[in-house]
Amino acid sequence: MNLSALLSRLDPGRVFGIGGGVHPKTRKSLSARAAIEPMPLPPLLRVPLQQHIGVEAEAIVQRDDLVLKGQLIGKARGPVSANIHAPTSGRVIAVGHFAAPHPSGLPVPTITIRPDGEDRWGPRLPRLRPETAAPDAIAAQVAAAGIVGMGGATFPSAVKLNLRDRYALETLIINAAECEPYLTCDDRLMRERAEEIADGAAIMAKALGVKDILIAIETNKPEAITAMRLHDVALGYKIRVKTVPTLYPMGSEKHLVKALTGQETPARALTAELGIVVHNAATAHAVHLAVRYGEPLISRVVTVSGRGVARQANIQALIGTPVSDLLAHCGGLVGEPERLLLGGPMMGQPIQNQRVPVVKGTNGILALTKAEARTDAVMPCIRCGSCVHVCPCGLMPFEMNARIQADDLEGASKTGLMDCIACGCCSFNCPSNIPLVQAFNFAKGRLAERKSREHQQQETKRLAEARQAREAAVAEAKRAAMAKRKAEQAAKKKKADEAKAAKAAAAAAAKAQEGAS
Amino acid sequence: MIEAALSMAALGLSLGLMLGFAARRFHVEAPAILQDIEEVLPGTNCGQCGFPGCRGAAEALAAGDAPVTLCPPGGRPLVVTLAEITGVEVPPAGGAGAVVEEAPLIAFIFEDHCTGCTKCFKRCPTDAIVGAAKQIHTVIWDACTGCDACVQVCPTEAIILRPKPRTLRNWYWDKPDEALGAGEAA
Amino acid sequence: MSLALSSGPHTHSMFTVSRTMIAVMTCLAPATLIGFLHFGLPALFLFVVTIASALAFEVACLALAGRPIMRFATDGSAVLTGWIVAMTLPPWAPWWIGVLGGGIAIVLGKHVFGGLGQNLFNPAMVARAMLLVALPVQMTVWVAPMDPNSGPGFVEALAITFGSGPQIDAVSSASLLGEVQSGLDAGQPLSALLAPEALSRQLWGGVPGSLGETSAIALLAGGLCLVLLRIITIVVPLAVLGSLFTVSAIAWTIDPESYLPPLLHVASGSAMLCAFFIATDYVTAPLTGLGKALYGTGIGVLIFVIRTWGAFPEGVAFAVLLMNACTPLIDAYVRPRIFGRTRAGQPLEIRGKA
Repeated sequence: MNLSALLSRLDPGRVFGIGGGVHPKTRKSLSARAAIEPMPLPPLLRVPLQQHIGVEAEAIVQRDDLVLKGQLIGKARGPVSANIHAPTSGRVIAVGHFAAPHPSGLPVPTITIRPDGEDRWGPRLPRLRPETAAPDAIAAQVAAAGIVGMGGATFPSAVKLNLRDRYALETLIINAAECEPYLTCDDRLMRERAEEIADGAAIMAKALGVKDILIAIETNKPEAITAMRLHDVALGYKIRVKTVPTLYPMGSEKHLVKALTGQETPARALTAELGIVVHNAATAHAVHLAVRYGEPLISRVVTVSGRGVARQANIQALIGTPVSDLLAHCGGLVGEPERLLLGGPMMGQPIQNQRVPVVKGTNGILALTKAEARTDAVMPCIRCGSCVHVCPCGLMPFEMNARIQADDLEGASKTGLMDCIACGCCSFNCPSNIPLVQAFNFAKGRLAERKSREHQQQETKRLAEARQAREAAVAEAKRAAMAKRKAEQAAKKKKADEAKAAKAAAAAAAKAQEGAS
Repeated sequence: MIEAALSMAALGLSLGLMLGFAARRFHVEAPAILQDIEEVLPGTNCGQCGFPGCRGAAEALAAGDAPVTLCPPGGRPLVVTLAEITGVEVPPAGGAGAVVEEAPLIAFIFEDHCTGCTKCFKRCPTDAIVGAAKQIHTVIWDACTGCDACVQVCPTEAIILRPKPRTLRNWYWDKPDEALGAGEAA
Repeated sequence: MSLALSSGPHTHSMFTVSRTMIAVMTCLAPATLIGFLHFGLPALFLFVVTIASALAFEVACLALAGRPIMRFATDGSAVLTGWIVAMTLPPWAPWWIGVLGGGIAIVLGKHVFGGLGQNLFNPAMVARAMLLVALPVQMTVWVAPMDPNSGPGFVEALAITFGSGPQIDAVSSASLLGEVQSGLDAGQPLSALLAPEALSRQLWGGVPGSLGETSAIALLAGGLCLVLLRIITIVVPLAVLGSLFTVSAIAWTIDPESYLPPLLHVASGSAMLCAFFIATDYVTAPLTGLGKALYGTGIGVLIFVIRTWGAFPEGVAFAVLLMNACTPLIDAYVRPRIFGRTRAGQPLEIRGKA
């Protein structure tokens, strides 16, 4: 045990500092007082087959199939993938493509369901008794329920629960920091369903085989802290509720681990290498539902906020509900919003099309007005260094941006581009309003593209060589066949010649004989 | 006066001798880069560089007769590698003589026009076109290098090159426009 | 619906270029006003002329470069540059010195390098150094501060700034540092040169000198405001004043008769203006805390060296320019540690787990 771990044991309330970070206006009060409310069934549900990091699920229903609530409609493919379930009962009206809830709006494989209004459950997953269940069984149940990280990263949770095989794990951290401004879905979930979250956390701890559970909540959520403190024992596990300072990006996995334990995760490594696994609070809630009740992940709490929407709310929305229906349920938009976002204002993604669906990783829908959004004109960099000052990763964003602008992507990557977590602190604070994060996202994408092209080039070379070898083999075979034929013909000719010669010789001999006789 | 001239001449002579000696003594054979160049070229002999095959291009590069930007299918990564091998400066992207870094082109077959003549797949250097006689041919995206060979042999002009379609996997943000700070009048 | 489609973050802090510039100017205002009180209307005229010249040259350069004039000229950076140039000029200098100063700062100090954010050297200090070298007479004629009521009237002031100024000789005087240097050069001991109330006069500003050299207290207060507003960090001022104080204290302890006392060093000349308003210029200073400390220390030491052994009585401009030249080097070597990596850039080792 190292010094920082020892210190955190000695003083359980101790929180370590992280470098950098910013204090954006949280504006959580817009929706923090709105209790989680259900929503009437929307007329259509569009369920994308890829709502997670990894390989997309495979559709196992066809057009005109009738599906029941909770029925498996997309099957996970490979180890890093996730099941997709029907959010309600109804008829599949299309298995095709629809715009992704993504800034590009590119079409992605989507199953469209017209609900029949009965919301009839199909057979649920077999329930597990977490008290007696084996860790493998819990992880398998989580995988069957299609649970992914609900904080936005959408990494299949079962994969993370299986990390116990490879690492010596000690601690489970439930990430309830919710450092993004505006978002209150985790806050409301903790206030209203603290017991379920605690139970889900304990189930996950059991699956991971760890004894120590921490739940990290930012200081600006006192009600949630109180609620979680009331329910800090589950399945015989004691859950330590830790308050962390309100500082963006406290919810970044590696920074949260640093703040709670003082340990810094090495670059390009997993927190599991430190013996720590981090899961989101909403994920814990989904695990509770999946294990105790056999309910797959078919709905989630979504914060609808921003001053561009008539009524700010926290809504229990079915996966696949179009954004437009959620907005309409909240009284619609007030005028034309400046930005329409999925997720928080710091790392959320803008969308072009209001009909895109809510997916497993959608924690918020924000309609930002001009006054809330970043609209100032871009000015030249004045080297004020505020980006360097606030970067939680210790990078020099202005310098990386200058390199990217000069097309020196290799240089940018040497100065730390791949260590950037795209948290947005630099752009948030930039007095010249330079779109630093966009430049970094561009550079990361371009570098990945180059890498794949390089790979393709090697592949091309291999293919070309294979083709040349094949052509050479074919030519060789032809030549061999030709030579064989030639040889045969030559042999034939020779034989014929020999026969002729023999004949001639015989004739000559006969003649000679005749002559002699 | 004479001494000065003599001593300068002697100094010059001896230094010159030393230089000459050093040039012979420490002579380094120029590395054979032809092999290296040939190894990094795609090897498809597509002919877009204007040289007879990749071997010809490699010879021209090694002799310094061709720019490192000569190979369109290689793209910018190849330019950088070639520049490293031949020891020239990497031409800045966007500058004169640079390869414009754009989405890679791949062949696309209009199936309505395709007669199934098999000319294209016989010609394809990477076997990226699949099909058989009298059947519609299709292109395997990942294997196509956009070398244009098939387009030229198609008798019905059913093949065009177009940018590789974007998917969520290869989509990324555009480079932010920072021309605002550097010249363009608003 | 047309939505702006750009990557996050979609919200922004209140911090912008022009707000920063305005904050700096506000903090600079008290010292400037005290300067006007001491040196009367000619100082005000020169101040206005210098800023107007800086702004005019900025607009001209932007027009030549084909850049958006309204957006860039209104960001406040040209006005601030002109302001700082004016602060370093002799208050009763003729108008064309102000025009020249503003022009050199904006054209040679800033736009030749590519405009806002691109310049290697502090524009105001480029102007100050060039004027000092090219026009040593006009740049070292100081007037003694006067009672606000007995200063030159409006017409007289116009004549001082815009006419040929024969009256200057009548009021000319030497700044403390100049006086001390020439005195020491003549072999006089320091105790004979320094009046007992020299320090307090330096602090409050009742001394001959440029506009920005007069009231150390007002500059200190403005500078601390900047620190409190988080426009600048305390590192650079602390390093500049701290190193100047330390070095001069050592020298003074060794030989009090030939070296000025440290407090006087810190309070006189444009040391205070430099520490809070010039050396802290974003564009030309290093970015990291350690880099800033090195840079500030360098400036402080150089100020002492130039003042004590150099040909000029005041060395702020040269010290700043010399350290500006070191800024790229400092930034290349002094970098923050990347999260999860060692200073050398390798991923951290996992302690106690390997």
